[in-house]
Amino acid sequence: MTTVVNQVRRAFYRDSVALMRISRAVAALPGVGDAALMIGSTTNKKLMQDAGLLNADGEGASPNDLVFAVTADTLENANSALAEAARLLDEPSTSEQGDARWHPKSLDTALSQLPGANIALISVPGEFAAAEARRALNRGLHVMMFSDNVPVADEVALKQDARARGLLMMGPDCGTSIIGGVPLAFANVIARGDIGIVGASGTGLQEVSTLIARHGGGVSHAIGVGGRDLKQAVGGITTLMAFDALDRDPGTRQIVLISKPPEASVANAVLERIGQSDKKVSICFIGTGEMRVPPNAALFSDLRSTAESALGGKRIGWQGTAPSPAELARRVGRGRTRVRGLFSGGTMCAEAQVFFGRAGVEVTSNVPIPGVREADAGSREGNVLLDLGDDEYTVGRPHPMIDATLRNRMLAETLADDRTAVVLLDVVIGYGAHADPASELVSALPDARARQAVVITSVCGTEDDPQSYSRQARVLEDAGVVVAPSNAHAAEIALDVLRALA
Amino acid sequence: METDKLLQSEVRVINIGLAEFAHDLERCDVPVVHVEWSPPAVGDPRIAALLAKLGG
Repeated sequence: MTTVVNQVRRAFYRDSVALMRISRAVAALPGVGDAALMIGSTTNKKLMQDAGLLNADGEGASPNDLVFAVTADTLENANSALAEAARLLDEPSTSEQGDARWHPKSLDTALSQLPGANIALISVPGEFAAAEARRALNRGLHVMMFSDNVPVADEVALKQDARARGLLMMGPDCGTSIIGGVPLAFANVIARGDIGIVGASGTGLQEVSTLIARHGGGVSHAIGVGGRDLKQAVGGITTLMAFDALDRDPGTRQIVLISKPPEASVANAVLERIGQSDKKVSICFIGTGEMRVPPNAALFSDLRSTAESALGGKRIGWQGTAPSPAELARRVGRGRTRVRGLFSGGTMCAEAQVFFGRAGVEVTSNVPIPGVREADAGSREGNVLLDLGDDEYTVGRPHPMIDATLRNRMLAETLADDRTAVVLLDVVIGYGAHADPASELVSALPDARARQAVVITSVCGTEDDPQSYSRQARVLEDAGVVVAPSNAHAAEIALDVLRALA
Repeated sequence: METDKLLQSEVRVINIGLAEFAHDLERCDVPVVHVEWSPPAVGDPRIAALLAKLGG
């Protein structure tokens, strides 16, 4: 018999990452089935209802209130869980929310505390993000908006307003920027150099910048523009402004542009602007076909080739010898033939599809690139590459780069499935990401001897990242995971194993 | 140009939302002030948008 207990704390707010940590701690308590701590917005209440976590008490919460919801085997265990959640929430010194210091509650007070502030980094829930951005633009700040679920009409209005003021509106849904060496949100520690990057894809930007950094190059600035900037409705407003700024920047000698293939009219405007520059430009439109580009530009359809171009043609390869596909194929259990990709980065998933397409190996995905079939949620047969950062997996749940719970569960299920030959993953480190994603991933793996599938990943990061590239790679290798030198290499070796099995 | 100035100057950040982002910046010795944000105007996004438009 499961008991559902809700408690509402009126006029109380904590950010979603802090709440996620407490939910996880509480969900691990004895007798607890599930636990959620969420602000009482309509969306969240619907999620809790669908998960069987909401009762009449929680139903009455407003978006200003915090809802504690637990299911447990007994009322006593449910109440202990709620008490523990309240204790964690009220303990500022131990809660990872941060510290007991005083923080301003308004932008104006914050500005008086930090004269000369130039960027507002906004990560409030999507429905409130546009209002905060407007306030910041009004005060002359550039904006980086990490928040997603912002209506496209608000994005267009904010970007037009920002452009009129000469300010950069990076985002919404902008996961990564590095301005003057400063990593904002999900970004890596990258050496300074003369390569400027404009990216409509957060993980694409992370993969290219870390490949550059791990192979001796450096980045002047990496400007995220948000995933929709090159859509027709937005028209590439921020991409063009960022390109202008990098073109004028004396510290930037060449420019990299990363995006999904844009619609024709936007592509034309961007290519025309690129053609006016004297600087060398490497364009990555993930999965793109042929396209005419200006003489100062080169076009690529994957991230690794783009990084190699920015590195002046330097080849990115395996350190030492690449693993033998035949050797890896021997680890695969009888009758297992398919590849399952469980990616935390959407662009990593797209790039893997590019390599499957080039090899002529059929694959489906929940985020298909042109030419790839959409994976049917019900029956995912054959080779399937999934982006677990896509909306269907992240509504009401933190991104898999922060919280590995969902991916670990799917990883265990996938390995147990007697059709799986290869599991393809990505591990993204750097600021914003999980503190030790390699160990977290390894905790979900059965012992290497008991495993009947090959697990392949790359690590997107640098030695100077807080998690350290080599430390993460070692943890994975010690657990029998193949660590490829890039996401592209990971896809290639997965395909080689498939061929060796055939 | 404001964008050129941004690329040439010290980055100074007002962080509104996830406290983690402010902590990361502090670890990098970047000047940052974290705003303790909570949903404004009785949690109604439409009223919040209106207030922001009016310059509040």
